[in-house]
Amino acid sequence: MPCYHFLVVFRLIGKKEKVKDGLKRSKASWFSKILNVIQTSGIDDSVWDELEEMLILGDVGVSTATDLIEDLKQDARNNGTQDSHEVVDNLKAKLIELLSVAYPQDNDLGNDSNGPVVILMVGVNGVGKTTSIGKLAHYFVDQGKEVMFAAADTFRAAAIDQLQVWAERVGVDVISHKPGGDPAAVAYDALEAATARSKDILIIDTAGRLHTTHNLMEEVKKISRVLSRLDQTAPHEVFLVLDATTGQNGLMQAQVFAEAVGCTGVFLSKIDGSAKGGVVIPIVKDLGIPIMFMGTGESIEDITPFDPQQFVEELFSSDQ
Amino acid sequence: MFEALSDKLTSVFSRFQNKGRITEKDLEEGLKEVRLALLEADVNFRVTRKFIDDVKARSIGKDVLESISPGQQIIKIVHEEMTSILGTESSTLSGGNQTPNVLMLVGLQGSGKTTTAAKLSLNLKRSGNKVMMIAADLRRPAAIDQLETLGKQLDISVYSDRSETDPIKLVQNGIAKAKHVEATWVLVDTGGRLHIDSELMRELQDIKKSLNPSETLMVVDSMTGQDAISSAQGFHDSIELTGLIMTKLDGDARGGAALSISQMTNLPIKFIGTGEKTDALEAFHPERMASRILGMGDVLTLVERAQEAFDHKQMQNLEQKMRKSSLTLEDFLQQIQQIQKMGSVGQILDMVPGFSSISRKLSTEDADGKGLKKVEAIIYSMTPAERNRPDIIKGSRRRRIATGSGTTPYDVNQLLNQFKQMQRMMKQISSGKIPRNLAGLFR
Repeated sequence: MPCYHFLVVFRLIGKKEKVKDGLKRSKASWFSKILNVIQTSGIDDSVWDELEEMLILGDVGVSTATDLIEDLKQDARNNGTQDSHEVVDNLKAKLIELLSVAYPQDNDLGNDSNGPVVILMVGVNGVGKTTSIGKLAHYFVDQGKEVMFAAADTFRAAAIDQLQVWAERVGVDVISHKPGGDPAAVAYDALEAATARSKDILIIDTAGRLHTTHNLMEEVKKISRVLSRLDQTAPHEVFLVLDATTGQNGLMQAQVFAEAVGCTGVFLSKIDGSAKGGVVIPIVKDLGIPIMFMGTGESIEDITPFDPQQFVEELFSSDQ
Repeated sequence: MFEALSDKLTSVFSRFQNKGRITEKDLEEGLKEVRLALLEADVNFRVTRKFIDDVKARSIGKDVLESISPGQQIIKIVHEEMTSILGTESSTLSGGNQTPNVLMLVGLQGSGKTTTAAKLSLNLKRSGNKVMMIAADLRRPAAIDQLETLGKQLDISVYSDRSETDPIKLVQNGIAKAKHVEATWVLVDTGGRLHIDSELMRELQDIKKSLNPSETLMVVDSMTGQDAISSAQGFHDSIELTGLIMTKLDGDARGGAALSISQMTNLPIKFIGTGEKTDALEAFHPERMASRILGMGDVLTLVERAQEAFDHKQMQNLEQKMRKSSLTLEDFLQQIQQIQKMGSVGQILDMVPGFSSISRKLSTEDADGKGLKKVEAIIYSMTPAERNRPDIIKGSRRRRIATGSGTTPYDVNQLLNQFKQMQRMMKQISSGKIPRNLAGLFR
């Protein structure tokens, strides 16, 4: 069972100013276009076409873009909208609503056991799992939490070393085995150690795996199973790290990982590039998986809790 | 959710194939589906628009609409159009007469530069080169360790200097070392960076200036979305690339980014990465890629792999047996083992025209080869007599085989039924009839 109180904490303690920085460079150019298009009053087909084009170019995906536009058209008809600004405002509102809807409202649930909160980090190769773990740890340590790492990526060359560098930077312990070892065994030992040392949070780094590789998906399921042997409620969070440059395949990744290990949230990495990260919209819409954090750069403090309203506002901002 | 692009196009074109002639309206309808499929495969919006326009312009001519099989014609046009965007011929690395030849790998973070450096080095080493890698990613933690570990695995020397903070000095020292040891190729693994990070792009320009590489390749994740164009264009504009390498094509991303980038930059795609192992690097063939995207099957690759995997004598032997309809379970097992060498059953089916939908229906046991283990166990638990004449396997023999192989009598039955089916089909094939229920083999 995901620990919802964490979600609430994440959202309340957000360092929101950072979002603005991270998004300023990339997003403005995209949605500011929408504003330019719609400056002209009156709504004709070209407006809808260009809106669709811009949504698709933002990696929102064809079907989601089409749905959104059909909705907007319907609304415009019903309300007799003549002003294209109203259409944009409506789109904003719809996106905010969509991105907010997945957030659990119930904050009574949580980690029922007395052990550490276990966060399992998963994702395909090269999305930035290890870096995101470093940032997450920094974020929690900043809040006075005791954090520990499990180096369960025993496959990729030097993955353990990489995690160790981050651990040193943040000042947390790492439980690791030798390269090539059983990742589930690492996770198990780490949870035992984290419990014994009364840590608040255990973050488990796993090897990058394409969601299409059956054996590797079984491996990550095994990690999850083994953890639940020590603590029935573990892992409490399973974060899918998603590269913001990813296209529609991101939806596939989220779906397959969710089926395998039940993702409780998405960590959207590399949002500081020029990619729009629009694939999170169908992920939230179709799969109901909330976006939890964003990675906004290479340094340790480049992390920010995801805030739907701010995200959408930034998407629409035209201050560039 | 969405299906793979090839499935979509297959369903579109099967409508064409069933009709003798198509109208302009049919064409519009079909191309609308093509457009959708391309967009869902992450082909850039503008590239898609141009692609559709071009196909429409070519298809709408008389010769197509009045030809006997317009569906086939349009498939051909779509295929040709796609191939021409992807590049007209497969390309290889161009080394000058420099000693050493320098190849520089660049790209966004996490695209797979370090893994690709190792794969390319192994490739060059196998073709007789003396290769050296330079670890020039000084920012990502443990990037140097990663390259060194890979170098050790492959027995390829790696130049690194942990005390050096200036990547330009580092690569210069590395090249000097390479000259000293008389390397023929030097591969430079640079740190991942954003194309909009002007400071790091300037650094990359300086590195390139000091290296004067014969190849500057951008490593691109095949899962990249619409933004693929701006990152590739960004790198190309500031350091002038000579080609691309698409990575992670072993996943289910259809590689729309490849189409987009080729179209916008005209850069050749030189290699594709198809797995995490260091030999999972293949030459890029535009023709095959287009076929694969279009669901026409990657038949050429399949044929190549089959040639690698099959033993000729064995094949001749088998053909004789097929004619005489005297195939045994032993042969059956051998064949399954051979097929397994070509890749997983799922991978193979993906390459056969019209079979990609079946591969999706395979149970995971079949797809990843665990099914084979079961088959092996069952057949190994039989006596030679049983293997040659499976007909004699009845109740008690079946139970014994099941116990011996750790399976159930049901599994044994299933195997025997499959074998019988195969025999029947072999008979049909050798008598010139094509079996309709090839799919039944995999149920």
